Amino acid sequence: MPTLNDILVLLPEFYLVAAACLLLLLDAFMKPEQRGTLHWISIVVLLVATYLVIAGQPDVTVTAFGDMFVRDQTSEILKVFALLCTVLVFVYARPYLLDRKLFVGEFYTLMIFATLGVMLLVSAGNLVMVYLGLELLTLSSYALVALNRDSPLSSEAAIKYFVLGALSSGMLLYGMSMVYGATGTLDLAQLHAAVPQSAMPHLLVFGLIFMLVGIAFKLGAAPFHMWIPDVYQGASTPVTTFIASSSKLAAFGMAWRLLETGLGDLSQHWQLMLAVISVLSMAIGNLVAIVQSNLKRMLAYSTISHMGYLLMGLVNAGPEGYASAMFYAICYALMSTVAFGVILGLARAGFECEEIADLKGLNQRSPWFAALMALAMFSLAGVPPLFGFYAKYLVLQAAIDAHMLWLALAGAVFAIVGLYYYLHVVKVMYFDKPVEGGAEQSAPDMSMRVVLSLNALALLVLGVYWGPLLGWCRHSFGLG
Amino acid sequence: MFNHLLSLLIWLPIAGAVPVLMAGSARPNLARWLALLFMVLTFVASLFLLPQYDAARGGMQLAESHLWIASLNVHYGLAADGISIALILLTTIVGILVVVGAWEVIQNKTHQYMAAMLALEGLMIGVFCATDALLFYVFFEAMLIPMFILIGVWGGPRRVYATLKFFIYTFLGSIFMLIALLYLYHKAGTFDLRTLAALPLTFTEQAWVFFAFLLAFAIKVPMVPVHTWLPDAHVEAPTGGSVVLAAVMLKVGTYGMLRFILPIVPDAGTHFTWLVVVLSLIAIVYIGYVALVQEDMKKLVAYSSIAHMGFVTLGIFIAFLLTRQLGNVDAARLGMQGAMVQMISHGFVSGAMFTCIGVMYDRLHTRLIKDYGGLINVMPWFGFFYVLFAMANCGLPGTSGFVGEFMVILASFSANPWIALFAAFTLIIGAGYTLWLVKRVLWGEIHNPHVAEMKDISGRETFVLGAFAALVLALGIWPEPLVHLMDSSVTQLVQQLAIHKI
Repeated sequence: MPTLNDILVLLPEFYLVAAACLLLLLDAFMKPEQRGTLHWISIVVLLVATYLVIAGQPDVTVTAFGDMFVRDQTSEILKVFALLCTVLVFVYARPYLLDRKLFVGEFYTLMIFATLGVMLLVSAGNLVMVYLGLELLTLSSYALVALNRDSPLSSEAAIKYFVLGALSSGMLLYGMSMVYGATGTLDLAQLHAAVPQSAMPHLLVFGLIFMLVGIAFKLGAAPFHMWIPDVYQGASTPVTTFIASSSKLAAFGMAWRLLETGLGDLSQHWQLMLAVISVLSMAIGNLVAIVQSNLKRMLAYSTISHMGYLLMGLVNAGPEGYASAMFYAICYALMSTVAFGVILGLARAGFECEEIADLKGLNQRSPWFAALMALAMFSLAGVPPLFGFYAKYLVLQAAIDAHMLWLALAGAVFAIVGLYYYLHVVKVMYFDKPVEGGAEQSAPDMSMRVVLSLNALALLVLGVYWGPLLGWCRHSFGLG
Repeated sequence: MFNHLLSLLIWLPIAGAVPVLMAGSARPNLARWLALLFMVLTFVASLFLLPQYDAARGGMQLAESHLWIASLNVHYGLAADGISIALILLTTIVGILVVVGAWEVIQNKTHQYMAAMLALEGLMIGVFCATDALLFYVFFEAMLIPMFILIGVWGGPRRVYATLKFFIYTFLGSIFMLIALLYLYHKAGTFDLRTLAALPLTFTEQAWVFFAFLLAFAIKVPMVPVHTWLPDAHVEAPTGGSVVLAAVMLKVGTYGMLRFILPIVPDAGTHFTWLVVVLSLIAIVYIGYVALVQEDMKKLVAYSSIAHMGFVTLGIFIAFLLTRQLGNVDAARLGMQGAMVQMISHGFVSGAMFTCIGVMYDRLHTRLIKDYGGLINVMPWFGFFYVLFAMANCGLPGTSGFVGEFMVILASFSANPWIALFAAFTLIIGAGYTLWLVKRVLWGEIHNPHVAEMKDISGRETFVLGAFAALVLALGIWPEPLVHLMDSSVTQLVQQLAIHKI
C-alpha cells in the first residue's frame, strides 16, 4: 500500500498527471474562441510543478514505492531544467502553432505527459521504472512528431522515429532482461551491489551492451543516430525544440541511472564503449553537418556531435565526470532552445525559416534576432566567453582526468571542424545580402521576444557566472 | 579605484559597447562620439597605470584576484608588469586612433563597427593582464568574435573567405593550447600562472606542452609556416581592422610566448630554440623577399609585418640560447628588451602604414601599387608622413623601428654571428621593399588621371597620422622611458629562464 510519504515524495509528478488530465477535459469542453487560454494555463501548470520540485527538495536522497522512485539532487536539477525548457517551448511555440492551425489542446497535454516521462525517468530507482518513464516520454514524442498530420514529412519522420524507437526499446528491454538474469534483481541499488558477485559476468556484459544501444539511441549518439536528422527536420519546430532540450536532459539522466547507479562496477567495460561512441558521434555529427543546407537538419547533426561531447563526461566514470556531463546537458538544452527559438521567431505563415539560406542578411532586417542567433551559434561552437565553451572545457577536462588524452584531442579536432558550420550561419546572417522571401522581422509576440532574449542573454551571462550552476551539478554528485 | 584599475580598463570599453550599440544605425554620429568618449576614457584610465606601477621594483603589480569558480579553484586574476603596461598603453592609444580614423570612412552600420572595436579593445587589454590561464584563454579566444565580424561585414570583396580562414586558423591553434592547459591543470590543480611556472614537468611533458603553446602563439604572431591567414585577413579587413590586427593582435602571440612558454616549459624551450630561431630567420629573410614582389600595398605591409615580428620571436628565443648555453645574461636581456621595444614600435609603425594605405584607398578604392604614382605632387603632406613611416619601417636610426632591431641584432651577435648576419639582412631587404614601394607610389609622374584629382589629407587624417608620427619619432629618439618601464620585468623574465624544471 502506498503510504502518505510515498505520495508526498511524488507530489510534483502526481500533480502533473492530474493537471494534464484536467487540461484534456478543459480542452474538450472549452469553446473554440477561449482555447487561447490553454496556453497560459499550461505554462502556469509547469511553473507550479517547477515550484513543487524546488520547494519539496529533500536534503537527503529519499525513495518511494519500495525504491521504485528515487528523489535526489541530481534528479531534482534535471527536473527543474526539463520543466523550464518545456515552458520555453510553450512560449516559443504559440505564434508558430497559431499560424499553422496546429494550436490544439493535444499539443499541450502530450507535451506535459512527455515532460512527466522525463521526470519519472530521471528519478527511476528500478529498471522497470526506467522503461516506464522512457516509454511515456517516447510514446508522447511519437505522437507529437506526427502532430502536423497533413505534412508527409512529419508523418514520415514519425513513422521512422516510431520504428527505430521501438527497436531500440526492444534492445534496452532485452539487455535489462539479461542483466536481471545475471543478478536476479531489477532494483538499481541492489543491482549495483549484486554486480560484483554475479556468477555470470559474461551475461552481464552482454546485457550491458544491449542497454548501451538503448541509451545511445535515446541520446542520438552515433551509430544509433539515424533517426535524429529526419525527426528534427520533419517534426514541427516546437516539437523539435522539445526533443533537443528536455528530452536530452532525460537521456543524460537515464544514462547516468543505468550506467552509474546500476552498473557502476562494470565501468571498465562501458568506459571504452562510450569513448568509441563519443568519437564516432563527434566525427559523424560534425562532418555531416557541414554539408547540410537545411538549418534544422544541420542542428540535428550538431546535436549528434554534442552528444559525443556529453558522453566524454560520462566516460570519466567519476563524480567529476558526471557533473561535467550534466553541466553539458543543461548547457546544450539552453543553447538549443535559443537556436530553435530564433527559427520559431522568424517563421511566419507559409514560411518555415528552415533553410540556412533563409537567414541571409538577417542582420540588416532584424539585428536583434541575428544577434541572438549569433550568440547561440558561437555558444554551440564553444567559443569563449559564451556558455558553451565552459561545458566543452569541463568535458575535455573530464576526459584528461580519466587518462584519455586521445579522446580529448579528438574532441579538440572535431571542435575545429564543427566551428565551420556554426560560423557559416553567422556568415550568412551578417555578411550576405538579404534575399526576397527570406527571414524578416516576425510578427511581434511580446512574451516570446522577451523570453527568447533572456534565454539568449543567459548564454552570455552564464558564460561569466557559471560557478553556481557548476556548483549545483558537482554538489549533486557529492563533490564540494 | 586604483585597486581595480585593470578591471576598469577591461570592462570600461566592453560596457561602452552597449550604449554605442543602442545608438542604432539611425544615429551614427552619436555612436561615433560615444565610441570616442569611451576610447578616450580608457586611454586616460590607462595613463594612471604609469604612476601606479613601481618600475624599479618590477614584477607583477596592481594585482587583483577574486575566486571565480570556487569548486575548480579558477580565479579572476589580473596583474601587470612593465611589459603588460607598455602593451596596454599601445592598445588604448591605437584604440583612439582607430575610432578617429574610421570616423567618416565607415558609413554602413557605424554603431556595430564602433561597438565591435570597443569590445575588442577591452578583450585585448584583458589578454595583457590575465594571470589565470583560463581567464587568459577566454580573452584570447573571445577576441576572435569581434574581429571576425569586423573583417566579415566591413571588409573587401573576399572578406568572407579571409575572415573564416582567420577565425578557424586561430581557433585551430588555440584549442590545442587549451588541451595543454587542461593537462597542466590536471597536474597542478590550478590555472594560476605563477604556480604553473613552478610546476615540475618531465622533458616529454614539456615538449608536448611546448608544441601546443607554440602552435597557438605562432599562428597568432604569425610565424612561418603558419602565417598564411595574415595576408588574406589584412588585405580584406577594413583599415581599422588592419590597424588593430597589426598593431595589437599580433603582439598577443609574442606576449603569450613570454607568459606561457618561457616560465612554464623553459627546458623544452631551450631544447627547441633552434627551431624557433630558424623559423624567425626564415620570416626575416624569406618573407622579406616575398614582400618585395607584392603588387598589393596591404599585402606588402602584411608580409613586412611578418618579417618584423620575426625579430620579436628571434629576440625572445635568442635569450634561451644566451642564458642556458652561453651564460651571457646581459646579452639575453638586451635581446629580450629589443624584442619588447620592437613589439611596441611595430605596433605604431604598422598601424601607421595601414592607416596610410587606408587614406589612399578611401580616395581611389584600389590597393594596387600600379594604380598610384606621383602622389607627392597632389598630396605633399601625406607624402611627408608616408616617407617618415616608410623610413621607420625599414629601421632608419632616429625612428622607433631602428631601436628594437638593433638591440636584437646586437644580442644575436653574441649568440652566433651567423644569426646576426641573417637578421641584419632585414636592413637591406626591408629598405628594398619599403623604398621601392615609396618610389612607385609617391614619386614619379602621375600616370593615372584619377590620382591627379586626389585631395591632400584632411584635418582628421592629419591628426591620426601626426599622432603616429610623434610616437614613432619619440620612441626612436628617446626610447629610454619605454626601456626603463620594461627593464626590471625583462630582467625577471630572463632570470626565470635559467631555472631548470625537470
